[in-house]
Amino acid sequence: MSDTALPKSPASVRGILLGRRGRGRFDLTDMLTYGFLILGLLVMFTPVAWVVVSSFKTQANLQEFPPTVLPYASETAVIDGFDAPLPLFDVTQQDGRKVRLAQVRRVGLNAQMVDPADPGAKRIVVPVVNAVPVRQVRLAVENYANLVAETGADLWRYVYNSFFITVVATIITLIMNSMAAFALSKYRFAGSNVALVSILSTLMIPATVVLVPTYLIVAQLGLVGNLWGVILPTVATPTGVFLLRQYMLTIPDELIEAARMDHASEWRIFWRIVLPLSSPALAVVAIFSIMSRWNDFLLPLIVLNRREVYTLQLALNSFQSEFEVRYDLLLAMTTLTALPLACAFIFLQRYITTGIASTGIK
Amino acid sequence: MANLSLRNITKSFGAVQVIPDINLEIEDGEFVVFVGPSGCGKSTLLRLIAGLEDASGGDIRIDGESVMQVPAADRGVAMVFQSYALYPHMTVRQNLSFGLENIHMPKEEINRRVEDAGKLLQIETLLERRPRQLSGGQRQRVAIGRAITRDPKIFLFDEPLSNLDAELRVFMRVEITKLHERLGNTMIYVTHDQIEAMTMADKIVVLRKGVIEQVGAPLELYNRPLNTFVAGFIGSPRMNLIEGVVETEANGTVRFTASGLPPLSLPGSGASLKAGGKATLGIRPEDFVLNPDGGQGWPATISVAEQHGANSFLHCTLANGEAILVHEQGQSKVGRGDTLIVGPRSGQWHLFDADGLRVEVQ
Amino acid sequence: MSRRDQLASLAGGVISLPARIIEPVMTGLQKLLGIKRMPWVFLFPNMLAVILFSLLPVFINIHYSFTGSDRLYPQDRPFVGGANYETLFDCGNYLDPATCSRDLFWRALGNSLVFVPIQVIAMISVALLAALCLNREIRGRGFFRGVFFFPVMLSPVVVALTWQWILQRNGALNGLMTWVGLTPVNWLVFPNTAFFWSVFITVWAHMGFYTIILLAGLQAIPKDVYEAAKMDSANNWRVFSRITLPMLKPMLLVVFVLCVIRSVQTFDELYVLTGGGPGSATMLMVQYIYEIGFAVQPRNFGLAAAASLLLGIVLLIFTGVQLRLSRSAQQ
Repeated sequence: MSDTALPKSPASVRGILLGRRGRGRFDLTDMLTYGFLILGLLVMFTPVAWVVVSSFKTQANLQEFPPTVLPYASETAVIDGFDAPLPLFDVTQQDGRKVRLAQVRRVGLNAQMVDPADPGAKRIVVPVVNAVPVRQVRLAVENYANLVAETGADLWRYVYNSFFITVVATIITLIMNSMAAFALSKYRFAGSNVALVSILSTLMIPATVVLVPTYLIVAQLGLVGNLWGVILPTVATPTGVFLLRQYMLTIPDELIEAARMDHASEWRIFWRIVLPLSSPALAVVAIFSIMSRWNDFLLPLIVLNRREVYTLQLALNSFQSEFEVRYDLLLAMTTLTALPLACAFIFLQRYITTGIASTGIK
Repeated sequence: MANLSLRNITKSFGAVQVIPDINLEIEDGEFVVFVGPSGCGKSTLLRLIAGLEDASGGDIRIDGESVMQVPAADRGVAMVFQSYALYPHMTVRQNLSFGLENIHMPKEEINRRVEDAGKLLQIETLLERRPRQLSGGQRQRVAIGRAITRDPKIFLFDEPLSNLDAELRVFMRVEITKLHERLGNTMIYVTHDQIEAMTMADKIVVLRKGVIEQVGAPLELYNRPLNTFVAGFIGSPRMNLIEGVVETEANGTVRFTASGLPPLSLPGSGASLKAGGKATLGIRPEDFVLNPDGGQGWPATISVAEQHGANSFLHCTLANGEAILVHEQGQSKVGRGDTLIVGPRSGQWHLFDADGLRVEVQ
Repeated sequence: MSRRDQLASLAGGVISLPARIIEPVMTGLQKLLGIKRMPWVFLFPNMLAVILFSLLPVFINIHYSFTGSDRLYPQDRPFVGGANYETLFDCGNYLDPATCSRDLFWRALGNSLVFVPIQVIAMISVALLAALCLNREIRGRGFFRGVFFFPVMLSPVVVALTWQWILQRNGALNGLMTWVGLTPVNWLVFPNTAFFWSVFITVWAHMGFYTIILLAGLQAIPKDVYEAAKMDSANNWRVFSRITLPMLKPMLLVVFVLCVIRSVQTFDELYVLTGGGPGSATMLMVQYIYEIGFAVQPRNFGLAAAASLLLGIVLLIFTGVQLRLSRSAQQ
């Protein structure tokens, strides 16, 4: 709401300084609004940001409690006489001075240190509590490399499976739904109402109710353990047909008539005229389809019973138990799984949100 | 040759019969205008000829061959839609060539036709634009161009000028008439505007409620309307129609008495009239004589005097309360409140019987 | 070409390949069947999928619920009448799952009965609040709208693992609590806290979706109504309760029904997050059906079908009641 009244209250000076809505009135509801929005920003983004940051921590870093905010890695130094690099510590000595030493080994509450400047000298024993590890921020990118190494070629196969399902299912969904929407919006024929109602009524059927029979039908078709067993069952989305039909209804019938007089076959009319003109609605349906296919879990869980055909989501879920304590790998995989859609989101956010808004206004 | 023959055409939408029975012959090369109030069936008739609707009964013949079973695109007709129905996602060139591509015409031939149409309609510079970048008049011409490229036998126009502003309408009227002279094809033009009908047509078909009221050349309809509907529809401003009673008089005159008004003696033989029968007298505003010599006329009081500069229109009330419109050439001297006597110009009146049909008395 | 044109032509290029094969087929069919029958040709693939994968399964499910054994194919299954339903309802005391022969079913049912109302109310309240905030003329509205919608894009597995990482014993939340001096809690190990976080996490993951819908509903309320209210010296609360809320009612109803239907079918996030645990504290109906029908050996398709049908009927009744209420409210 824009407030055109001149500020008369004493708050006006503060209002001018803070200039919230450009009009000078900064009231409680504004503060609450921005507070809520900032809070929302934090709550929505921080968890995922945390996972991404954590995926760049080394295994050792991950096991620390309380966890560090940024990924740290211990600085190490190569010392003569030792094969492996030794971690460096800042040690507070008896006299309060701080000196940087390299730790050779740790025994109980004490640590054996050696002076990097004088490696040959006697080992210094230091209580652990006095030694603070020297660390710097470092992104443990090797987590991702290790992930690929551990899973071998399988990782790429899971990615491929997810991609295959998403892309093929979306294309089929788009074509089938738009064909049905075309028939239901641009033609009047006996039975069109029945068809429309029956398609929309499937919205009412919860996925759970058809879970077992879907599995049966997939099994009958011989598609258990096959990617197509996941693609086909949910291809005839009622929301897709509904959205496209609503949009196609706004295409003037005269265009179709003109095309008919232009010798265009019905398929041509559909393909060259109606479909291109429906591209906004097609985009929305495509985005919905991509989102739901990429994130699909339950149906793949029951249909894809072999490792080779796991989607990324199923693989991630199974890694939960496989990588029991290897959080570095698990977090890297989680980040990777979330990555494609997160990127798509940044680019397509506007289309997505307007598309959902228009669905809601049924 | 492209004559069109409609025989016993009927059309019903469900239980509603919009066209009871139409018979019409159109010669090759004629510019025929279907005119009538909205809902009279003129657009329906056009669409029947085009093949966009199927007639419920009867026969349509083009060049002597029945086209009832022939799809719209194959009848050799081309249609210019009221809203132009240009494909919004295609360029002008693609709009013009779409129909030709659908019949697999060779590219050179298509280009030639597009260029020719472009030159004829002066839209060559617009060929690469999209419809949304064109003005209303330009879109109009593209729509006509699309019809031209198909080289049809018959052109069909469905109220093409109704979406244009008044000035553009006048301009396009002339353009379309010139086009007809150049191309020479049969053209059927639907409009509700009787001025367009009068100025453009070789032959006018006046329709009301699915029935042809009269067919003829413009001036024939103007000078000899066959019933009160055509009399009142054709001609702007409208003909004045006053109801009354007629009696034949012995001296070769017909006496017309409107209630509350002095009788008029009109020369003519009332052979076809019933004595004492009801009749309607029609006098066009420009066919009134003010204060005629001989004194025969009706007293009228002026309620509003419109001065158009070159013409004056006097809205008058007769002694019996009926309103009439009188036209006076030039700038009238009379004004509001004045009374005058108005009478029909000799030979320029029309008599209709109780059923509204024309009666020849002269 | 604009970005949209580029995308359109790219999509066109991808799809045009199968189209070149389909076109002659469709043209041929048109010659064969005539224009009047073409809509059926266009409708056919979609209807086939709908009948095969949505309508037929309902009837098969009914068949399953009245048959027994662990065989998958209907012809192998013996008819048992209402035995599956009897088993499900075989309880000494309906309020104490331990007395039931299928105690897991009743535990899951009890959990769902608590989970759904709490989650729906929380979800709609938060979504409404967010929508109200977004509806005000603020800077960066598009950005903030995206903020709330972001978690909706994440897959349930990612959502579950993200929060599991935060909530585990050595996770960030406990780290934060230690930092401010509170004692850490093993959140997912205790039934009550696990339940709480289940609600929180699912609300977190899905509220953006409902926010968008409610925002659209709020924006459909014409601005001059608010201005008239302001001329009538209405304060913020009165504007909200007397104008905004009533005009939003139809949309709220839609959102409510959608939310309940979706909430009842919660499975993915919780399955990955807690697996239904600790014990069966966070097991909901869908997980029960999944376990009984697919995870536990021997698989009991009959029970799963019966349970899912009961669920479906409850939802149907619920939606019907809602529609009836909304229709009478409109009068």
